[in-house]
Amino acid sequence: MGIAGAFSFHPILHYSTTPLNLMPSFLFWLFAIVMLVFGAAVVINRNPIASALSLVVCFLGLSALFMSLDAFFIGIIQVLVYAGAVMVLFLFIIMLLDLRAEERRKLNWIAFGGGFLVAFSLLVQILAVIGSTRMAKQTFPPLASPQTDDVRSVGLVLFGNYNLPFQVIAVLILVATIGVIVLSKRQLR
Amino acid sequence: MTTLGDYLTVSGVLFAIGFSGVLLRRNVIIIFMALELMLNAANLSLVAFSRFRLGDDGLPNYNAQVLVFFIITVAAAEVAVGLAIIVALYRARRTTHVEDINSLKF
Repeated sequence: MGIAGAFSFHPILHYSTTPLNLMPSFLFWLFAIVMLVFGAAVVINRNPIASALSLVVCFLGLSALFMSLDAFFIGIIQVLVYAGAVMVLFLFIIMLLDLRAEERRKLNWIAFGGGFLVAFSLLVQILAVIGSTRMAKQTFPPLASPQTDDVRSVGLVLFGNYNLPFQVIAVLILVATIGVIVLSKRQLR
Repeated sequence: MTTLGDYLTVSGVLFAIGFSGVLLRRNVIIIFMALELMLNAANLSLVAFSRFRLGDDGLPNYNAQVLVFFIITVAAAEVAVGLAIIVALYRARRTTHVEDINSLKF
């Protein structure tokens, strides 16, 4: 189940009677901590390139978490789109603008403290809500079949129930493409 | 075993990190990356709920994963447009620092 299922290519492993419960938990915490540490590094780093590279590692950890939830398609898409396309775009722009590490400026301590307080209270609020729900203490129910062909299932739902939103998304991407061309052609004064 | 709450906690912490990045950093590009972190935190909790609340056939609820697919698509389009705006801004003002972009300030 879970990540153990993702990394075992031998189908016999799925039907073995020995419990594989400990391993997914260990891998979950490993990838979660990697993801959170590098996510924090995105915010803390002063150098934009270091931030962008931390973001790549953060997204790789997130993709592993998706796979531990049996969402293989989403995990692969995460790597392809975010770690591949979006981050290359970010790095290109950083190099194009020739950004150096930010020089230290005089910090507005009131604004900094206020922002930190707001973000921290949001975190406390989220954790309090999660801690107070009974549903959060339940483990995940086992799947009906050990192997989900989730690309097919996502495709069926996507092209069945959500066909119209899918085509609206296509129009959105067309509009975004035209917008980017217009923005980069004309001098904005 | 990991519980649903573990995934939601990780998702919440990631969202808070992204939110603090938007509030505390003053480089436009870093703010943009922190926005991506927040979107992905939402994706993580969506996928966790999709795995938690199985459908009638005992498979994950794929409606949530389709929503995640849409979010990723829209986020990619948003990154393209946003970075084009940043480049245009940099051409006009030679800066990516939000405190230097204050011509709308009263």
